[in-house]
Parts: sequence; C-alpha cells; structure tokens
Amino acid sequence: MNGIEHLPDWAALIVSLLLILGASIILIGALGLLRLRTFYQRIHGPAITITLGAGSLLLASMLYFTVAQSRPVVHEVIITLFVLLTAPVVSMMIMRAAVYRDLRARKTDAGATAGDVYTISLEEVGKPPAK
Amino acid sequence: MATLLELSIGYALVCVLAAMALCFGRLLIGPSAHDRVLALDTLWMCGMLLALVLGIRFGTQIYFEVAMLIALVGFVSTIAMAKFLMRGEIIE
Repeated sequence: MNGIEHLPDWAALIVSLLLILGASIILIGALGLLRLRTFYQRIHGPAITITLGAGSLLLASMLYFTVAQSRPVVHEVIITLFVLLTAPVVSMMIMRAAVYRDLRARKTDAGATAGDVYTISLEEVGKPPAK
Repeated sequence: MATLLELSIGYALVCVLAAMALCFGRLLIGPSAHDRVLALDTLWMCGMLLALVLGIRFGTQIYFEVAMLIALVGFVSTIAMAKFLMRGEIIE
C-alpha cells in the first residue's frame, strides 16, 4: 500500500469520510433497487447511487491523488461530467421503453398513471390510435 | 489516520460489493425485461465505482482509465438495450 501512510491527517480524514458516505449511499441505492415494489418506484433507487454516491467517491479519489502526488489531479472531473450527462439520458430511455412495453401489455398503471393519481380505463388503452 | 483510511477503504469495498450483489439479485428475479436492464445499468455503475475505490486502495492512476472505459461501455450498452426493448432493433 504505497502512499497511504504518507498522507497528511486532514486529507486522510476527509477522504475517509467521503468514502464512507459514498459507499453507504451506494448500498442504500442498491437496496432500494431490490426492495421497492413496482418498476416506477424502483427506477428512483439507482438515482442516488449515480449522483451522490458516485460524486462522493469521485471527490474522494480527486482529493486523494491531489494530496498524494502534490499536484492538482482533476482527471476525475471527466468521469463526473460524463456520468452526470448520461445518467438522465439512460433513465429516460429505460423509462420510455418501460412505459411503451407496459402500455402495449395493457397494464393500466403505466407512465402517468403509475401512482394511482390519474387513472385510465381498459377501453381507453385498448382503443386503436386515432388517425 | 492511515489506519482510518485503510478501514474506510475496506468498508467502501464491502459496501460496493454488497450493492453489486443486490443488483445481481434484481437482475435474476426481475419480473420484466426493463427491470433487468435497469439492474444491469446499476451494475455497470457499481463496477465503475469499484474500480475507483481500488485505485485509491493501490494508489495508481491506471484504475481511473478502467473506470472511464467502464462508464463509456456501460452507457452505450444500456442505450442499445433500451432501444432494443422499445423498437425491436438498435440501428434503424
């Protein structure tokens, strides 16, 4: 383990706290992915994994290499920007596919009607699209 | 303080591996195909974070490039699978 014992105390403390916070949040997000009931609740679980968990770990990595090598190391900003840009796109694509497939399978609790706030009847779903 | 850092790195590794196990469970039991795609996307993301934590653990910059490649390939594969679920083909 090279470099860890030469790290100053304040940097080791901050990196440790960021690692513990990020890892706990990643575990909570995966637990949400496993435990929540419907797909439309389940897609909110990995969102905190991608934003806060990945952000904390990337910040910890950036701080660790900056202090350990005594020069600014900001490579991790590339991953942060990429993940923050692509996570909404991925969520939107999966969500659109899920809504499309659920409506095609005649499930009435899909999309805007997922939380039982709005309801549509089966006849309305089964109606052929208007020309 | 070095021991605190070692302990927290171990905790982070255990947590990320447990998160990967939970995602794998959802990948196995997921009732529909889009559940499995979502679990696989989260699995890619957890693999990227595992590479980052290993980079801190061993103190090399090589794991950073591993993490970036995992992020890129994970994004492309998830988009491809979501498009396949929606359209039945990927490149139209």
